[in-house]
Amino acid sequence: MAEVQLNGISKAFGKTQAVKDITMTIGDGDFVVLLGPTGAGKTTTLRLISGLEKLDSGSVFIGGRDVVHDTPAQRDVAMVFQQYSLYPHLTVRDNLAFPLRSPILKTPEDEITRKVQEIAEILQIPHKLDNKATALSGGEMQRVSIGRALVRNPSIYLMDEPLSSLDAKLRADLRVELKRIQADLGSTLLYVTHDQIEAMTMATHIGVLEEGQLVQYGTPKEVYENPVSVYVASRLGQPRINILPSNLFPGTHKGPQIGLRPENIQQGDGIEARVLRSEHLGDQTRLHLEVQGHPVTTLTDPHQDVGSDATIKISPQNPLYFDASGARVV
Amino acid sequence: MSSFSVNEPSNRTKWFAGSLVILYAIITMIPLVWIALTGFKSPADAISYPPKYIIGSDSEAGFQPTLEGYVNLFTTRTRQTQEFLDANPPENWADEIVRKYDMVIVGPSKFGERFLNSVIIGFGSTFLSVFLGTLAAYAFSRFKIPLADDLLFFILSTRMMPPIAVAIPIFLMFRNLGLSDTHLGMILLYTAVNISLAVWLLKSFIDGIPTEYEEAALIDGYTRFQAFYKVVLPQAATGIASTAIFCLIFAWNEYAFAVLLTTANAQTAPPFIPTIIGIGGLDWPAIAAGVTLFLLPVMIFTILLRKHLLRGITFGAVRK
Repeated sequence: MAEVQLNGISKAFGKTQAVKDITMTIGDGDFVVLLGPTGAGKTTTLRLISGLEKLDSGSVFIGGRDVVHDTPAQRDVAMVFQQYSLYPHLTVRDNLAFPLRSPILKTPEDEITRKVQEIAEILQIPHKLDNKATALSGGEMQRVSIGRALVRNPSIYLMDEPLSSLDAKLRADLRVELKRIQADLGSTLLYVTHDQIEAMTMATHIGVLEEGQLVQYGTPKEVYENPVSVYVASRLGQPRINILPSNLFPGTHKGPQIGLRPENIQQGDGIEARVLRSEHLGDQTRLHLEVQGHPVTTLTDPHQDVGSDATIKISPQNPLYFDASGARVV
Repeated sequence: MSSFSVNEPSNRTKWFAGSLVILYAIITMIPLVWIALTGFKSPADAISYPPKYIIGSDSEAGFQPTLEGYVNLFTTRTRQTQEFLDANPPENWADEIVRKYDMVIVGPSKFGERFLNSVIIGFGSTFLSVFLGTLAAYAFSRFKIPLADDLLFFILSTRMMPPIAVAIPIFLMFRNLGLSDTHLGMILLYTAVNISLAVWLLKSFIDGIPTEYEEAALIDGYTRFQAFYKVVLPQAATGIASTAIFCLIFAWNEYAFAVLLTTANAQTAPPFIPTIIGIGGLDWPAIAAGVTLFLLPVMIFTILLRKHLLRGITFGAVRK
């Protein structure tokens, strides 16, 4: 395990600037999640660290060593791809053993057998070890490809949306499992996702990417409570933060726009809001409101039944303030 | 029972399609069966009218199978006087067969040698074409090569002329290089012709293999060549097998270059088989025997690789 440092890394594909001047340090034993929508440069960042893409400029240090001129094999990284990564002509066992048999590791066969068995049990696939990789379900394939990274003990694990193709239950199980494994081994892990629940629950640090740039880097709590911009604030929180003109409410004049998460909206008194629709999700009820032509989404007590076209009163509580461009003011 | 299904043809459709396939198979098989039968007939039976086609039957359409054709194919014979024949009893079963015509076997014919030449040149050039073609196709598929499209077109353009158009320059070149009538010369020539097919076919197969597999192998600690060897090659096996069959079929059947460039030493079977016609009249059984044997290697090679070939054709068509 090692610390990984990115110094001003950039990468363009043709005219598209995929990654722009990213500088960040992934501490030894950290679980860092890169968060951002499709096209924000998350995957490219992983590929630049792994050596699958060549840097345009900047440098990458793994364990204090400049690896810019190293091949992927020499960088000692393990990577889980979003898809397509199992060797289809090999069995599950051989897939898991593949990195251990590489000319760099040359692990003795008895140790390979032990490690493969161990990982298979963690990922609940020991009964599938002798299956062809192509004879697995999507969820099993993805577990094997996570396993193929976990059998190694590399400087850093790079994971590119490893859970996105799994069903909800398995995703929740593996999320907990992955976090536990990472904490047990003290591994350094860089994890790409656009799923904010994965980001909030697993990360020790979150990096938010916007069009190839790192716009905020901090603990999940920091990023959630102190977002630097509307963009970052919209990445975390379910339902999404409501961005409204601040003159809608009396007494909120520290900036032209205010951001209200459901917990910042107090119901009971204040200005009038019309209920457009309510969604019962079981453990919570979402209210879709309209406040003077602006849509607002918030949560309410699941036992309270609010009919359509009812009117409730809301007022902001500790809102976030943003300027006209979306940058945070207070 | 006859419920509607989107993806499963009805019984009537299946029956109809099946009959069409069987009918087509019969039509294509008839000439081959005819040749195989003729190889076992006596010269008289081979040209009799009405034709004879039932093995071992005494009826009008029946004939007694004989190995005359095969013996004539593999031997050279001379006519002898009755005194000589009486003085020298037949040495073996083959000799006994030719005695019927007052002949004796004086040695082997050139057929075995020509057949071996075909095997060496056919399989040699197939191996070389597929080997070089795989490497080139991988490079074209995976690396940024300047003018890649133009180069690919250039490679293909070597197939655009009929062989006869380049025959004279190649003949002169081969003579100057000392490659005329040599195995090496023919292997190189067939490889040059086949490599364009091999590169194009294999490129589409390798394009269909996602690069993620190699990238995973690179990260798992392997070099680029090891990733190619351990991950790409096994998955390209279907493409390699079907390309090999196409290359072999071409090299095996090629006639024009063989007739122009080979004579005594490296002559292959295709230009040799027709020369049987000239030896002692039209010996149809011997020709048919030669053709039957000539068909076998490609048939066996194709049967051995048939699973790959079938999968290969559909795979290539769908993925690219």
